[in-house]
Amino acid sequence: MRYIRPLSIEDAVGELAKAVGPAAILAGGSDLLVRMKGGFIEPELIVDIKAIGGLGDITQTADGFRIGAAVPCAVLGENKALRQAWPGVVEAANLIGSKQVQGRCTITGNLCNASPAADSVPALVAAGAKAVVAGPSGKRTVAVESVPTGPGRTSLAKGEIVEAILLDKRPPNAGDAYLRFIPRTEMDIAVVSAGVNLTLDDHGAITAARVALGAAAPTVLLVEEAGQVLIGSKLDEATLERLAKICAGACRPIDDKRGTIEFRRKVAGVLARRAAATAYKRAGGK
Amino acid sequence: MNFDPRYSGRNFSSVGTRPIRPDGVDKVTGRARYGADFNMAGQLVGRILRSPHAHAVIKKIDTSKAEKLAGVKAVITAKDLPDLTDGDAAMYDILDNSMARTKALYDGHAVAAVAAIDARTARQALKLIEVDYEVLPHVTDVDEAAQHHAPLINDQIFTEGLEEKPAKPSNVTKRTQFGHGDVHKGFAQADFIVERSFKTEQTHQGYIEPHACVASVNADGTAELWVCTQGHFVYRQHCAQLLGLEASKLRVTSSEIGGGFGGKTHVWAEPVALALSRKAGRPVKLVMTRDEVFRASGPTSATSIDVRIGAKKDGTITAAEATLRYSCGPYAGSWAEIGAMTAFACYKLENVKTVGYEVLVNRPKTAAYRAPSAPMAAFAVESAVDELAKEIGMDPVDFRIKNAAQEGTRASYGPVYGPIGIGPTLEAVKNHPHMKAPLKAYQGRGMACGFWFNFGGQTCTDLNIGMDGSVSLAVGTVDVGGSRASLSLVAAEELGIDYAQVKAIVADTSSLGYNDMTDGSRGTFSSSMATISAARNAIKVLKDRAAQMWDIPVEDVTWEKGHAVAKGEKYGNLSPLSLKDIAAKSGTTGGPIAGHSELVADGAGVSFATHICDVEVDPETGSTRVIRYTVVQDAGKAVHPTYVEGQYQGGAAQGIGWALNEEYIYGKDGRLQNAGFLDYRIPVCSDLPMIDTQILEIPNPNHPYGVRGVGETSIVPPLAAIANAVSNAVGVRMSHIPMSPPRILAALDAEREG
Repeated sequence: MRYIRPLSIEDAVGELAKAVGPAAILAGGSDLLVRMKGGFIEPELIVDIKAIGGLGDITQTADGFRIGAAVPCAVLGENKALRQAWPGVVEAANLIGSKQVQGRCTITGNLCNASPAADSVPALVAAGAKAVVAGPSGKRTVAVESVPTGPGRTSLAKGEIVEAILLDKRPPNAGDAYLRFIPRTEMDIAVVSAGVNLTLDDHGAITAARVALGAAAPTVLLVEEAGQVLIGSKLDEATLERLAKICAGACRPIDDKRGTIEFRRKVAGVLARRAAATAYKRAGGK
Repeated sequence: MNFDPRYSGRNFSSVGTRPIRPDGVDKVTGRARYGADFNMAGQLVGRILRSPHAHAVIKKIDTSKAEKLAGVKAVITAKDLPDLTDGDAAMYDILDNSMARTKALYDGHAVAAVAAIDARTARQALKLIEVDYEVLPHVTDVDEAAQHHAPLINDQIFTEGLEEKPAKPSNVTKRTQFGHGDVHKGFAQADFIVERSFKTEQTHQGYIEPHACVASVNADGTAELWVCTQGHFVYRQHCAQLLGLEASKLRVTSSEIGGGFGGKTHVWAEPVALALSRKAGRPVKLVMTRDEVFRASGPTSATSIDVRIGAKKDGTITAAEATLRYSCGPYAGSWAEIGAMTAFACYKLENVKTVGYEVLVNRPKTAAYRAPSAPMAAFAVESAVDELAKEIGMDPVDFRIKNAAQEGTRASYGPVYGPIGIGPTLEAVKNHPHMKAPLKAYQGRGMACGFWFNFGGQTCTDLNIGMDGSVSLAVGTVDVGGSRASLSLVAAEELGIDYAQVKAIVADTSSLGYNDMTDGSRGTFSSSMATISAARNAIKVLKDRAAQMWDIPVEDVTWEKGHAVAKGEKYGNLSPLSLKDIAAKSGTTGGPIAGHSELVADGAGVSFATHICDVEVDPETGSTRVIRYTVVQDAGKAVHPTYVEGQYQGGAAQGIGWALNEEYIYGKDGRLQNAGFLDYRIPVCSDLPMIDTQILEIPNPNHPYGVRGVGETSIVPPLAAIANAVSNAVGVRMSHIPMSPPRILAALDAEREG
């Protein structure tokens, strides 16, 4: 096994592109090291991206925020501007694992690990976040929901690295929220989860809405119909009920050790409703 | 040795105080040495190959490729552990469980092992071992396994305890029955009868420290084992017998222990480590992974229990009956038997009958888990008792007080009780402020009682007094819950000296006579008895030495508050001699001063507890949070109250996990789905409220200080207390443990749909 710590994204991409055996990217390592210790993977090459300039920074730009791929989730929680603009994304990132894990893990890693139960991903999808992908043929920017394609699988080609996550600048009267269901209070993995992102007009009516569900299908689900049903409403009880029903219906969950199909469907609806209420309040709705 | 173990009321000066434990600093600074912290020069890494099948014939094992891998020093299979058990069926089961002989009986059953120069080589070697399996049908559910058509796990098993020996083998190894009176007649007298069936899923003790040992077998037939265990003497006996070693030549040293709760009363991989070392000629370190701990150590039984209880309008129970089926893993056990004994032990009953069935399943061998078998029986019985109280319209505490066992009651499992604590714990609960705490919507309160036998057993202790007057206490019971501190307090009490003057250690198997293991809540009960006895023997020597120093007859010397005192007016000018004074002169008065004790600690007093629990249920998700919890338990005498409270809280915490989320989940393929702490959900700190405790002290007449064991009873009531609280919070009676959110939500939905 070879461990390298390149200083530029080009070097990292180059090493990954020419790797012969299995290769892995190391940022926080909170997924990778566990999988290596468990004997599930034995990479020939590990590319540590933490020394690459800019990957450890959160930058505020004219368009919004750029979160480097090596920024630990705990750092997101310490960024006041980000917390104010995207509280749902930050609360999702700060639910991953435990306090110790949050000091290492990254939202980019969470995205590229491609678990349908990843906590930060439904919040990122609801937020309309984008991923900047660096690869042998240059850089491209894609919607985050296009990165995972199934449990443990991504659309990234050989040699490609997600170098940053982009979040838009917030319009006024906007808010997001993320909720997950776990049987414990922390140090657990989502049985089912929901992220909701809303923008309101001056009268409190919803003008834009995105709803995403986690652990409800092989990948995180963007439920467009659920967003549609919210638009124009002021989140009255009937709308919330319809939202819950649409989300329950949109799920394609499985029965497994963490929960049943029936449970996941029901609770997906409950969480979407509760997250929508929180997002609405954060957006200034009453 | 004339040792009188009877209780004598006395005022204590050390016992009952709360000094810091002698092992505390090492533990919080990371210096304490646990099983995996011991290393020997030239040691190899041992790893075990485990069956991926729940039930399979092992047709052939080819180890040749693994043996050729550079860095591999030994590869073993069952052939390297020949059967020396000489018809001892229980030992044969331990041998077969250590390394499968002809069939793999569960997912995780050991089939081969390697010792290599490092972990990577050992892992690679495991991949090179070829096992040819013939996969057989399997059964993992306790009820399915008891059916006639179930796949047979062992065709030599014919149910014992039936009037006639059955013609066909089955997975039911034994039937046992307890009780007295005539339940038929009793139910005929009842105005109300509650009848219900319950299930509990299998749980693991969940100790944080995995099984770990270093084994070193020498060419001359001597061997050493450094191991994390609850009973190093028992490990020595078992390992020596399985390996064909002389017990005296196998020296076993117990490490610090990161939890055991019954799971470390049994050898698992230790015989394998010794066999690897014997073959390799080098020390072998073997540490289980968490996955191995779940798949291949000893969880508790899964159960299926039917209960029927009848009572008159005035609240008198007229009859009580239970049928209990407990899973044993693939080897015979007596788990249902213990459940059948404990089920109704809290109550004074004229007509009672319990029947237990031991059931084999393709799961790991069942081992003890803190008051083994009692929590499941209590869950079923205390749920039914609660429901019956409701039907009669009586307060659940009053209903239990009316029917509680007392001194002189004949227990449902046979003996007649001496002074016991069930009534006092119920009275204490009735008056506890917890019972008046306000409850909000979707919150509910439940309570339940629990019983455990407690155990005494063989114990051997040495007490040595140094020339500086300090006292070394060597005990043979492993310290799992602060017993070194408690036993030091007892030595200080008896000698009349300061706690800081005493240092207790756990001695290895070559330094003391045989000790039973730390189980049955016996550690402090039995070793404190032996410590008192050893201290009294040392006092005899101290008095003798004082008499020599004064040149007076020893009959004229008494021992008071840590000093030899010369009795009588004629010695008026002799100042008392302290233990330190006498010790300082010991070199010229006859040499070292010591007291020894060996005894069988009989008369472990039975133990009772009553718990109160408040929960809040989210009716939309089925999520349950415990918001308030109180344990009331009889300790006889709390030697070190902080560690008694720790035992009360620890049992309650484990019970809460068991009640709400912990369970072994098997797939249709018979493989364990959740062999890790992510999906085997033990509560984390933030899941639990502060668990309040109240210690009652009803002296045990068979111990000089009145001590009873306290370690286990606290896990008995929680399952039922929480189920009763859930029932009161949202109106559904949960009959399947754990009450995980999907189960509660499904029950609520069924209720709502009517």
